[in-house]
Amino acid sequence: MRTVSAAETAPTLHPWAVHAEGLRVRAGRHLAVDGLDLTLGAGVHGLLGPNGAGKTTLMRALATVVQPAGGRLRLLGAPVDGRADLRRVRRGLGYLPQQFGFYPRFTVREFVEYLAWLKEMPKAAVPGATQRAIDRVGLTAKADARLKTLSGGMLRRAGIAQAIVNDPAVLLLDEPTVGLDPEQRLDFRELLRDVGVDSCVVVSTHLVEDVVAACTDVVLINEGRLVYQGTPAELAAQGGPDDAGDSPAERAYSALLRRHRAEAGR
Amino acid sequence: MTTHPSSAVIARYADPEADLDEVTVWSVEVHLEDCASCRARVAGGTTDDARALLDRIAAGVDHGIATGPAPARRRRWSAARSRWLVWHLVPWLIMTVAVLGCAVLIEAATPRLPSLVSLLAPVAPLPAVAIAWSRRHDPAWELLAGTPAAGLAMLLRRTAAVLTVVMPALALATARTGASLALTLLPCLAFTAATLALGAFVGVRLAAVGLGTAWALAVVVPAVVTAHPPAVLRPGTSGAWALLALALAGVAAAQAHHFRRLSSHN
Repeated sequence: MRTVSAAETAPTLHPWAVHAEGLRVRAGRHLAVDGLDLTLGAGVHGLLGPNGAGKTTLMRALATVVQPAGGRLRLLGAPVDGRADLRRVRRGLGYLPQQFGFYPRFTVREFVEYLAWLKEMPKAAVPGATQRAIDRVGLTAKADARLKTLSGGMLRRAGIAQAIVNDPAVLLLDEPTVGLDPEQRLDFRELLRDVGVDSCVVVSTHLVEDVVAACTDVVLINEGRLVYQGTPAELAAQGGPDDAGDSPAERAYSALLRRHRAEAGR
Repeated sequence: MTTHPSSAVIARYADPEADLDEVTVWSVEVHLEDCASCRARVAGGTTDDARALLDRIAAGVDHGIATGPAPARRRRWSAARSRWLVWHLVPWLIMTVAVLGCAVLIEAATPRLPSLVSLLAPVAPLPAVAIAWSRRHDPAWELLAGTPAAGLAMLLRRTAAVLTVVMPALALATARTGASLALTLLPCLAFTAATLALGAFVGVRLAAVGLGTAWALAVVVPAVVTAHPPAVLRPGTSGAWALLALALAGVAAAQAHHFRRLSSHN
């Protein structure tokens, strides 16, 4: 048993963990996110969309790595556009980029510890939190192996470990299931449900099955705009028998995209 | 400390059959954490079955500790070893020191030319500073850019790491050739500050390249061709260099918000 501090039980003063209004973000010169309105609370949110829909650019903006070109973006109640001080917000963020660069000479433990230190965790809490994060992604046996000796799936899990090491309030995972075998994907979904109980988890993927299985909420974007937001069950009801796809969710996905493209073409 | 619970309450707390309301259970538990005598009373009130169970658990835990793996040794968290930068910068710093060594040798061989060490001093730290803050050279830049530690403080720390090697090397080189120490170190500091200040707008790498090229074309080449020491490095200009370094450092500090995200031109 431990003592719960007042800070932990204090009510949050923001209605949404992620709140974007008319958000515009550039990727190079191209406006990849164009007027996106999005509100996300606690839970696991699956971010779906075709290639080039702006998923990665949106994730980068949410991770405060790139500056929005316009609109308003608030994370955990604090503005993160323009000249805002990002330190406090970033302490509550966990981010796994799509192109996950790493230092090949580091061991898994050193890598996660280094990121924990960069996330300004209290020094005394770093070793314990590191071990817990490595255990949760199932890399305990490889904790002292160098990153360059790991397989692609293990690297991905090391990346997930660094993202969850600080128990983030907003966890952003860009294509986290790439390279995971079916069994690891099941474990990963379990982890997502676990983290999503009290945090806002955003998982970008193009695997519709992952979203239906593990997410409480589906966000479908196309060409930088929000197409659809609802629960997986509501999503499945959107498709008809004539739409392309092998499952109700896939049929709904193609139906929604087709409708959105038809509206945009008009 | 709370008041001691009555014997009747303790007996009901210890008895698994008795029905004790939750609030009382909590208050008894909180009290028991701090009160050894009441813990003894609870232990006295337990049944033989419960005591036998506790003994079995204690024996099991002892056995597990005795046969399990030894506790991991407390590792020393070595700051130098686990920093990516330390390993990555070494070749660049060796190159810088080697170039300065060559300058000393050339200066000794051709006393007719103006001091090469003074001419090279301003640009000596620039390659390493550019490497230290560049998304091309830091594989995990996207991870780092999303952490609260990213920003001017991190850039300054990396720059300081470069200067702790370059400044002593410059001092040693000036001591060998007899050039003015102030007119070597102060321009070096001023150019480093200028790189950071300009880097806030165009990116540190571009700033380093631009300033290095400008210095080489405007000062080094004419000085070597005409064999006259350049006007900007005459004795008596050290005060101006010190002021310039301070002013540029102030500009860099005022533009700190530009370094919070790794922008696209880094």
